[in-house]
Amino acid sequence: MKNAMGIILTGGNKSGMKELSSVRATAAIPVGGKYRAIDFVLSNMVNSGITNIGVLTQYNFRSLMDHLGTGKEWDLDRKNGGLFIFPPYLSDDGSGWYKGTADAMYNNLTYLLRSSQEYVIVSVGNSVCKMNFEKMLDYHIQKGADITIAYRDMSDLYPEDLTLLGILSVDDDQRITDFEEKPLRPKGNLGSMGIYVMKRELLIYLLEECIAHGNYDFVRDVLIKKLDSLKIYGYRFNSYWRSISSIKMYYKCNMELLDPDICCQLFVDGGKIYTKVKDEPPAKYNDEAEVRNSIIADGCIIEGNVENSVLFRGVTVKKGTSIKNCIIMQGTVIEPGSSLEYAVVDKNVLITEGKNLKGDPEWPIIVGRRTVV
Amino acid sequence: MSNTEMIALLLAGGQGSRLGVLTKNIAKPAVSYGGKYRIIDFSLSNCINSGIETVGVLTQYQPLELNAHIGIGKPWDLDRMNGGVTILSPYMKEEVGEWYKGTANAVYQNIHFVDKISPEYVVILSGDHIYKMDYSLMLKEHKKNKADATISVINVSYDEASRLGIMKTDPDGRIIEFEEKPKVPKSTLASMGIYIFTWEVLREYLVKDNEDPNSDNDFGKNIIPSMLNDGKRMFAYQFEGYWRDVGTIEAFWKSNMELIQRVPIFNLFDPTWKIYTPNPIKPAHYIGPKGVVKTSIVSEGCMIYGTVRNSVIFPGVFVDENTVVEDSIVMTNCKIGANSYINKSILGENAIIGDDVKIGVGEVVENELKPAIYNCGITVVGESSYVPDGAELGKNVVIDNFVTTDDYCSLNVPSGKSVFKGGVCD
Repeated sequence: MKNAMGIILTGGNKSGMKELSSVRATAAIPVGGKYRAIDFVLSNMVNSGITNIGVLTQYNFRSLMDHLGTGKEWDLDRKNGGLFIFPPYLSDDGSGWYKGTADAMYNNLTYLLRSSQEYVIVSVGNSVCKMNFEKMLDYHIQKGADITIAYRDMSDLYPEDLTLLGILSVDDDQRITDFEEKPLRPKGNLGSMGIYVMKRELLIYLLEECIAHGNYDFVRDVLIKKLDSLKIYGYRFNSYWRSISSIKMYYKCNMELLDPDICCQLFVDGGKIYTKVKDEPPAKYNDEAEVRNSIIADGCIIEGNVENSVLFRGVTVKKGTSIKNCIIMQGTVIEPGSSLEYAVVDKNVLITEGKNLKGDPEWPIIVGRRTVV
Repeated sequence: MSNTEMIALLLAGGQGSRLGVLTKNIAKPAVSYGGKYRIIDFSLSNCINSGIETVGVLTQYQPLELNAHIGIGKPWDLDRMNGGVTILSPYMKEEVGEWYKGTANAVYQNIHFVDKISPEYVVILSGDHIYKMDYSLMLKEHKKNKADATISVINVSYDEASRLGIMKTDPDGRIIEFEEKPKVPKSTLASMGIYIFTWEVLREYLVKDNEDPNSDNDFGKNIIPSMLNDGKRMFAYQFEGYWRDVGTIEAFWKSNMELIQRVPIFNLFDPTWKIYTPNPIKPAHYIGPKGVVKTSIVSEGCMIYGTVRNSVIFPGVFVDENTVVEDSIVMTNCKIGANSYINKSILGENAIIGDDVKIGVGEVVENELKPAIYNCGITVVGESSYVPDGAELGKNVVIDNFVTTDDYCSLNVPSGKSVFKGGVCD
């Protein structure tokens, strides 16, 4: 797909992510044993043939930059196009900290102006899904839309979880009739996926207009305000999709990956998901290992009991431990006799001997990075 | 080490015929090992970990898989502006094109490659061995001894010694005698096939060796003995640690099994000496609700619904419910059906095993056609081969590569029998 470019918005610091996002942007949050949230949208773009991609960053972007590097894992280390990372910068005309998504894009207008593709796909960086943008663009063109917004029926979530999403309504022709960002009382259950398609020229025009009026947010100040004056259509997506916007959703998403069907949808069908590789040896199981219904990444050494859990690279689970319904991130060591249930353990944590940590399915306990428990 | 002080030449042209079907379509260095690696990864990783940034890989036998594996050397960080990895295959010359006649001839035919870089030293490696070694320490020793050649040696048992190249050294480590496969070994210091030469000296001997029509053009048989005869300064460099020539089915299987011990004698988890390989683009592996995995190593992209014990499982392997895999090596992307039992077997890449299959059961009987290769009770299923539903395979059975279900004469293949592509029945 040579006539589309991609923009990934990773700026938002979701306070709902608590300790997990205090050290990293939500787009850089580890998911599914070896990935970071941004890998999904980035791989989707690459699999859809998009090779000119800009990533706008803001909060704690060190880990994100580290992860993306030159983009070689996504085959984006290109002479023409490739991967561009745009952290905020200072200049004479008063730019600086991005005040919102529209502001972030506006501050990098040069990139948009210099690119040659006719269309642009704007996406948030924290959604977990497998999506073909080529199909979405075809739909956009066929509908004769000005802007197309991907949405999904979110009745597989509790109503209270919908308040974290953009909720929209469509008419019979799929034209969007209403769009509310993070409504307190959602009027429906169609959630915006934060993925938008439009012409590059239109995006530039909308950004200039938005900033000229002193506004900053792409959803609130552009999309919602233009519902009547522009032809904004919805593109219904039916496969698996989760937005990593709260601890609860993060936990739920990782646990859902234990379902082989969902796993297949994400990792096998319709293209691979790429990520930065770490050259770990295969995971090693010793005699005492009892592992059930779990995802285990390379480099783990397992001697204990692991059930319904996701273990990232290089996790060590020693003898006589019990790990149930947990997410354990890279490099964490769990010493003998400890038991963890409903816990999200960040990178390089040491759980010393005989500790008991227990959270609740709806409220998992979080252990921050490099903690010694 | 300045980046052209020493370069490496990796001899990767060998067939490794004693590995049977495993090396029928690929060179021995390209054989899968240790759950995600190929044998050559160890030498290549040793190079980059030792600070050697220019590596020539000499290929000859079935190089396709090997070339694809090495590519431009990205996984080993050997994609360089200067140096990096270069694949050196036999080529046509003005008058005549010829294959590499022996290890020394292979290097001789690439003298121009080395001359262009003009390093002071060359380390000659073979891509056949499993070990971790810092060649820069060996070079240090070489320089300290002002040696012309340094040969890495390892202490082996007396029995093994008669199958290897054996050195006799003086107390300073200077080599005074070298014998290839001696009937009565005079020492137990065996050559590991790792040589550091001062390039100028080696170059001279390669040219001389090439002019000798009676020479086998081999390092062990010709170059080393003739240097020794001329009284060149040759030293042994003693290596301590894990080193295996995984040249037979049994040695290959054993070395893989050594990785699953509680504290393996060969540590792949060492962060200071990582072994690199192209990473499969697959998700982390999944153990199903009834899955059992014990004393095994399992790689990315696997889905284990059955039981896996004492085994080495490569990426993308699927093991269905009620199936038991024991004491086996299961290579990349194998699929094993339900209610099956796999015992002491090696399943080649992309092999498809049906439901209700038994492999590796019954008496130990040497393979009828190739007793020298398949004799240790291990059954081998070649790459991309099928084992049909309900089949029962004995011990020392060999299934050729690319065998389809039509090639089976009977679902019962007793110990010592073989099944070939084309299905020739008695």
